Amino acid sequence: MGIKKTALYDIHEQAGAKLIEFAGYYMPIQYKGILDEHLRVRKTAGLFDVSHMGEFEISGENAEQFLQYVTINDVSKLNEYQAQYSAMCYKDGGIVDDLLIYRYPDRFLMVVNAANIEKDFQWLKQHLSDGVQLIDRSEEFSLMALQGRHAPAIVQKLTSANVSEIGSYWFRDAEVADKPVMLARTGYTGEDGFEIMTAPENAPQIWKSLMKAGSEFDLEPIGLGARDTLRLEVTYCLYGNDIDHTTNPLEAGLGWITKLKKGEFIGSDAIQKVKQDGISRKLIGFEMKSKAFPRKGYEIYKDEREVGHVTSGMYSPILEKAIGLGYVAKEHSKVGTELEISIRGRKVSAEIIKTPFYKRPY
Amino acid sequence: MNIPKDLHYTEEHEWIGVEGDTVKVGITDYAQEELGDIVFIELPESGSETNRMEPFGSIEAVKAVSDLFAPVSGTVVEVNSALEDKPELINQDPYGDGWMIKIKLSDKSELDSLLSAEQYKDKIS
Repeated sequence: MGIKKTALYDIHEQAGAKLIEFAGYYMPIQYKGILDEHLRVRKTAGLFDVSHMGEFEISGENAEQFLQYVTINDVSKLNEYQAQYSAMCYKDGGIVDDLLIYRYPDRFLMVVNAANIEKDFQWLKQHLSDGVQLIDRSEEFSLMALQGRHAPAIVQKLTSANVSEIGSYWFRDAEVADKPVMLARTGYTGEDGFEIMTAPENAPQIWKSLMKAGSEFDLEPIGLGARDTLRLEVTYCLYGNDIDHTTNPLEAGLGWITKLKKGEFIGSDAIQKVKQDGISRKLIGFEMKSKAFPRKGYEIYKDEREVGHVTSGMYSPILEKAIGLGYVAKEHSKVGTELEISIRGRKVSAEIIKTPFYKRPY
Repeated sequence: MNIPKDLHYTEEHEWIGVEGDTVKVGITDYAQEELGDIVFIELPESGSETNRMEPFGSIEAVKAVSDLFAPVSGTVVEVNSALEDKPELINQDPYGDGWMIKIKLSDKSELDSLLSAEQYKDKIS
C-alpha cells in the first residue's frame, strides 16, 4: 500500500511545506519553521491540515449503550451537537486510544488518532453488539483546524452561522465558503478555534478561502511539528508518548474523563482497583534548570535512584526553556520536587512545575 | 540546496573549510534544513582534543537531538561563542556565521578521506 495524500497535498507543496510520511499519509511537518508557526498560533491564528485523523460513524438504536461500554467518559451526558473528549481502555485499564465523540441527533462520530485507525476499528468491531452500525469513514472526510484568538473572526467572514453561538466543545452543520461542513469549536492547541470537517473535494476551496479571509490577521499554514509543541505547552496527552497500552487513565491525569459511576465499561474493574489502591506513578510536567533538552525515553532520577522516564520533551517557544512530561513514582510527583534527567549519560537538574505550562490569556 | 564547491564534506552532513593546518567545521545547509529550528548547541571547549568520527558536541532542534561527529582529529583552537546565544545562526547562515569550531589538524592525511562537494551532492540526492 502506497503512502496516501490528503486533498490539500498540492496546496501544501505549493506553499513550500516539508512533507513527511506520518501514519500512512504525506503530511506537512513544517512550512516556515516550528518556532515561527508555534508563535503565529499563539499570537493570531494558524491553519492545520489534520485530514489524517480517523473518523468512525456509530449509529443504531443501541449506539449510545455501545459507546458507554467501550469508552470511559459518560456518553449519556452528551447533548445533540456536543463533543466530548474520551478514551477507550483495555480490560487491564491500559489505553487503546484517546478520542473525541460528536453526537448528532441520529448518530455519533468518533475521531481517533491516525496511527490507531486500524487498531481502533478492529477493537470496536470485536465488541460490536446488536442494534449498532459501525462504519469507517476516514477516507470520506478532510479535517482542518483553524486555531488562535482570531479564528472566530476569520470563520465568521465565510459563514452565515453565528459562530459566537457555538460554545467550546459544541458543533453544528454549517456552510463555510459555500461548502457544507461540520463546524466544531474544538482543537489541540490550547487556543480558541475550530475544527472543520468536510468532504475531500471541498477542502481545497475552504482552505484557500480561510487563508484569504485570514490574511488581515497574518494567518499562516501550520505543520504537525508545531501542533506537537503547541499541545505539549498545554499538556494535552499524545498517544504513543504520554499515554499508551501500558498507562492507565488515572496515572495519566485523565481521571476527569474516567466516569466510574456511569456503570460497567471495558477496563472499569481494573481502573476501580487502581483508584482504591492509589496510583503508583503519575504523569508530571517539569522544566529543565539549565540549557539541556529532555527527550522521550530518557530516565528520571531522584537522589541517584531511577524513579521514572520522560514521555515528551522539547523546547517551549513561549517559556523559552526546555520542558517535558514524564511518569515518576507517586512519592516524588509533587510540584516543586527537584529531579534529575539523564541526558545522554549526564544528569541534569529539573523541577516539577504546575501544568499546563501555558494558559491562554483571553 | 547550497553546497559550496570549495569545502569538504562528511557523510554526517558536516562541512570542512581548510585554512592551512587548521580547519573550520560546521553543518551543511541540508543538515540544518532537515533539523529545523535549532535552539541549542553544545560545543567543546577551546584546547580540547577531537578524534575523527567521535562525537564532539550535540545539536538540539525543537523536536530532535543529533550528535556532532568530528571530521578530523586534532585540537580545538577556537569555538564560535556567538552560537551560545544565537544558535539560529546555524539555520540562517550554515556556511558563514553558523560555523562551529576550528580544529588544528594532528594528521593532515585525514583530509583525503573527506567527500568533495560533488560526492556529497550525490550522497544527499
